[in-house]
Amino acid sequence: MAQNSSEIRYLTPPTVDLKKKKYCRFKKSGIRYIDYKDPEFLKKFLNEQGKILPRRLTGTSLKYQRRVAQAVKRARHLALLPFVTDMMK
Amino acid sequence: MNNYEAVFILTPVLSDVQMKEAVEKFKALLVAEGSEIVHEESWGLRKMEYPIEKKSSGFYNMLEFKADPTVVAKLEIQFRRDERVLRYLTIKQEKYHALYAAKRRSLKQTKEKEN
Repeated sequence: MAQNSSEIRYLTPPTVDLKKKKYCRFKKSGIRYIDYKDPEFLKKFLNEQGKILPRRLTGTSLKYQRRVAQAVKRARHLALLPFVTDMMK
Repeated sequence: MNNYEAVFILTPVLSDVQMKEAVEKFKALLVAEGSEIVHEESWGLRKMEYPIEKKSSGFYNMLEFKADPTVVAKLEIQFRRDERVLRYLTIKQEKYHALYAAKRRSLKQTKEKEN
């Protein structure tokens, strides 16, 4: 019995996952200009309510985060993206 | 002379002919002001993500042109005066934007050739 208690058993073995390093997709793939006319691409940077996702989640660099935000706002003005919504994805 | 691009939404109540007429009006205005139209695009009747003036769809049109800054002000006045225009957005094409626009145009042309 003493032997069993010392040994911790898990139903599912704990996964020691290495944190994936976030990267800026614009820097990586060399995109210099973010098009406001392409709502499908911009949706990658929005949550279900149509809000812009923070940099800490997407990993976008500051320079390109500003441009994403600019493009999203232009698209919203032209009704290509909604200002508020629910269950966009 | 700078490169500009203007996207504007026309009311869905127009017929196709009337819609083209409206686009021609703005093109004529630009040409009269001595600017050069580089590219024009019609995205057709498209559903809008939220209603504008109680309309849920509109004719999207895009014009790319080379013009002096004073011409843009004149164009925007016409956009505001015209009741057929629901929304407009005029943007100056910066360096990378212009490169992107040129690439987009050439892609469009090759697609048209294939079809």
